[in-house]
Amino acid sequence: MLERICKANKLMDKACQTLGRDINVMEVCGTHTVSIFRSGIRSTLPKHLKLLSGPGCPVCVTDQGYIDLAIELAQRDDCILATYGDMIRVPGSDGSLETKNKNNVKVVLSAEDAIDLAKENPGKTVVFIAVGFETTTPATAVVVKEAAQAGLENFCVLCAHKLVLPAMEVLLSEKNDKIDAFLCPGHVSVIIGSKAYEPIAAKYRKPCVVAGFEPMQIIEGLAEICRQICEGQAEVNSIYDVAVTPQGNTIAQRIISDCFEVTDGWWRGIGKIPQSTLKLKSQYSKFDAYERFGLTEKPAEDKTGCRCGEVLCGLIEPFDCAMFGNKCTPQTPIGPCMVSSEGACAAWYKYGRKRKTS
Amino acid sequence: MANDIHDKIILAHGGGGQLSDDLIRNKILTRLTNKTLEKLGDSASLSLDSTDICFTTDSYVVKPLFFNGGDIGKLSVCGTANDLAMAGARPLFLSLALIIETGLEMKTLEKILDSIATEARENNIQVVTGDTKTVETGSADKIFINTAGIGIKIKTANLGMNRIKSGDKIIINGTIGDHGMTIISQRKGIEFESQLKTDCACLAPLSCKLLEEVEGVKFMRDPTRGGAAVALNDIAKGSGLNIEIDQQKIPVNRTVQAAADVLGFDVLNIANEGKFIAVVAPEDAQKALDICKAHPLGKDASIFGEVTDSDEAPIVEMKTEIGGRRIVQIPYGRQLPRIC
Repeated sequence: MLERICKANKLMDKACQTLGRDINVMEVCGTHTVSIFRSGIRSTLPKHLKLLSGPGCPVCVTDQGYIDLAIELAQRDDCILATYGDMIRVPGSDGSLETKNKNNVKVVLSAEDAIDLAKENPGKTVVFIAVGFETTTPATAVVVKEAAQAGLENFCVLCAHKLVLPAMEVLLSEKNDKIDAFLCPGHVSVIIGSKAYEPIAAKYRKPCVVAGFEPMQIIEGLAEICRQICEGQAEVNSIYDVAVTPQGNTIAQRIISDCFEVTDGWWRGIGKIPQSTLKLKSQYSKFDAYERFGLTEKPAEDKTGCRCGEVLCGLIEPFDCAMFGNKCTPQTPIGPCMVSSEGACAAWYKYGRKRKTS
Repeated sequence: MANDIHDKIILAHGGGGQLSDDLIRNKILTRLTNKTLEKLGDSASLSLDSTDICFTTDSYVVKPLFFNGGDIGKLSVCGTANDLAMAGARPLFLSLALIIETGLEMKTLEKILDSIATEARENNIQVVTGDTKTVETGSADKIFINTAGIGIKIKTANLGMNRIKSGDKIIINGTIGDHGMTIISQRKGIEFESQLKTDCACLAPLSCKLLEEVEGVKFMRDPTRGGAAVALNDIAKGSGLNIEIDQQKIPVNRTVQAAADVLGFDVLNIANEGKFIAVVAPEDAQKALDICKAHPLGKDASIFGEVTDSDEAPIVEMKTEIGGRRIVQIPYGRQLPRIC
């Protein structure tokens, strides 16, 4: 392993010298963020190689307006909300699902568990809080199809599934011109395939490298980015070949497109991103919580002074926010990046407080 | 008809009447009997060889009641005994209080009592007093257990955070995270469950041996809820010194690591029920490690960290397998499984 690390470090040093300035690599995957912090990768990198944690944590990018809708449903006696664990603590405009509920919010590990809840509770409507990127979307699609086939009347989803590529593109085109390359998400790439990044790599001339989650994979992914920078390339490359193919999982892609259509959507702290969010197709509208309860997602105005949006765009580091570590901690989170264990702020707070790189 | 009633716990089993007496005599006393308990007095009269005693209590509310390698009964003996052991005592006596939800299968209760009896017997611990209450369905979750324990201090034990100095070594007696991952995966029905097994064990046989034979053992803590991260941070905070640990030297079962990775958990935050972390003077560390390794409770023991000087607020820092460094913090509240 040491030999591989040395080889990678040499490439990184060379790239930093070649460019003569900071190299900014953004990871767009919460699991990468956690792995980077847990393994202390930052502390091993050359000073001028900077890692930015982008909008890759599903909880972090979910808009406050969406949380408000979920909380609204949690106030109803006739509903049970089934949610992935780390969503329950995300603050909406006023409280979170953890604090504002009628004892009807259940943590599930999979979309299937939500279906089971619906079967066990025929007198209530089970609303599945469907968030996440392309990784979790197929599971939601499968349960919607299952519910349709089984004629399950008391089940629906409040869908906020998001697509990674539009977010990456909006960052490059509007938000942050300092990003030099992307470390592309492993799980998402299993579904969408590595070829999906080619338009971005070509249009913006940015290397896009798919890596797995082992620390060594991340280091070698960064080294591959540095190699491309040294050689003036901007290509898509996957060093996660065990799991990621160029085409991705076409079966999963088909299931997603059977059930969902792409629409504009709100991203927390970033704003409206065109064609970035999934909504259930009309033939599944009876499972669409928006339709069933007549809901419309409105962007909520964030009055807290939370700078998660800038963190997600890689414009600031968490500790640049005045609230980080004092007003905003994992115990008293103000922004979503402090709630999710995969959020950049929580990761900085938990693993890196002492080591500010600035 | 009578048999049907006795298949399950009913409220009258805790009512103080004939049914209560039957339960105590036929189900509890038969399994846990000893000269003190059989008197069924209002309190147990005990004669101790020393006045230097430790006393502790703990309550057990685990779900599921039975898990691979253990159950709530075993846990209620080991957990309290371990609290005594970590204070430098040899656990001798336990009280046992049961709060039982009506409807609990009598067979389930018997299995739990069998487990308590076995664990106590194997560790020379006597249950000397107890109490049984029944509550209506919904007022408890099957069964809650409280045990309190008394132990006699090991004469040679000299434990205290104030003895900890820079240079001291940190020892763990085996793999971390086994208990917590077993419970979580069994609760969530995750596929690894068959390969995961709790480490639930009474630590006294090993801890007492260490304290009798190694003068340089300065502090012991069992990393239960919150895992090793909490225990290490407590030691750092209490001693005012930093702790540096080496990831490569932390023993972790591969399946536990895999399960933790899938759920996004940090093994350092996961509960253990048969582990201790010991702070040992550097000159005695190897001797302590050898004693651990020669004992069934410590065959995977490892010296995985060191106490270092601190010039600001004390922290726990880990050298990672790739040579990086990161802080080890205590977790916030409960761990929530991540989304993907």
